[in-house]
Amino acid sequence: MDSLDRSIINRLQAGLPLCERPFLELADELDTSEQTLLERLQAMLDSGLLTRFGPLFVADHLGGVLSLCAIRVPEDRFEPVERIVNSFDEVAHNYERDHELNMWFVIACDALHTKRRVLKDIERQTGLEVLDMPKSREFFIGLHLEV
Amino acid sequence: MNTPVRELAQVRAENDEADFESRLVRATQGGLPLVARPFAPIAEELGCSEERVISTFRNMLADGRVRRIAAVPNHYRLGYVANGMSVWDVDDALIERIGKQVGNLAMVSHCYERPRKLPHWPYNLFAMVHGRNRDEVREKVESIATLLGDRARSHDVLFSTRILKKTGMRLGDK
Repeated sequence: MDSLDRSIINRLQAGLPLCERPFLELADELDTSEQTLLERLQAMLDSGLLTRFGPLFVADHLGGVLSLCAIRVPEDRFEPVERIVNSFDEVAHNYERDHELNMWFVIACDALHTKRRVLKDIERQTGLEVLDMPKSREFFIGLHLEV
Repeated sequence: MNTPVRELAQVRAENDEADFESRLVRATQGGLPLVARPFAPIAEELGCSEERVISTFRNMLADGRVRRIAAVPNHYRLGYVANGMSVWDVDDALIERIGKQVGNLAMVSHCYERPRKLPHWPYNLFAMVHGRNRDEVREKVESIATLLGDRARSHDVLFSTRILKKTGMRLGDK
């Protein structure tokens, strides 16, 4: 990765101009040619430095219910609780974190009533309270890395 | 006043537009072709003009259905292997402004307002902070704390110590 790759990564995280030849416009900005820019992008996608290039669609508008949940799990019960929580297909991610609330998981499902049922089942099976923290507002999603 | 015939025509046009948008989502969710005119092959596939593809994206960007058309770096490959979930207790009346300010900082992703869960959990703003290591993440969190000053009553940062489960989400914007 050289300085041109770095400036391409930095600039292209911000978004492509909407016109017929967007790479030509960006190449001017980055002081390179359209052809070189396209080749560099392709090489970075092929090598895995970039995971994708294209439109980032907003999932909420495409339907579905997501929530971040947390449980305070007593240390000596961590494994059985982990097994119960992970057994639900609706639990997409689950992380142990260094806090009193030490288990954090994401529920992804098709409807609100499904989420409520899963949370109730987890509480009943573990005997622990689940804090349900669905996002109420989103300010930004995405990551701008400076490389 | 609209006649029933005109209303029908309008409904049909709206349906056509919605149908076109969903075909456009399907055609591009895997990525855009890396060619000089990236919207032209999409237009050809969908049987429309290049201009229609561009103007539809422009509308979807304007109303927030598309965040941006951009490159997504693999942050692990770039050395950003550490992340911490920073959490903040900010005044509800100020959260809109503070959320946007924090969400737009470099090295921050996933900036959300979530309900407090008193007494266990006083924080209403979540922002994922990335860095090359935990110290870099902590430094970034402290710089955010400095930026917010007394607008943040308290904050914390939670590091993950183990991944317990990670499956492909059935929903998502990848």
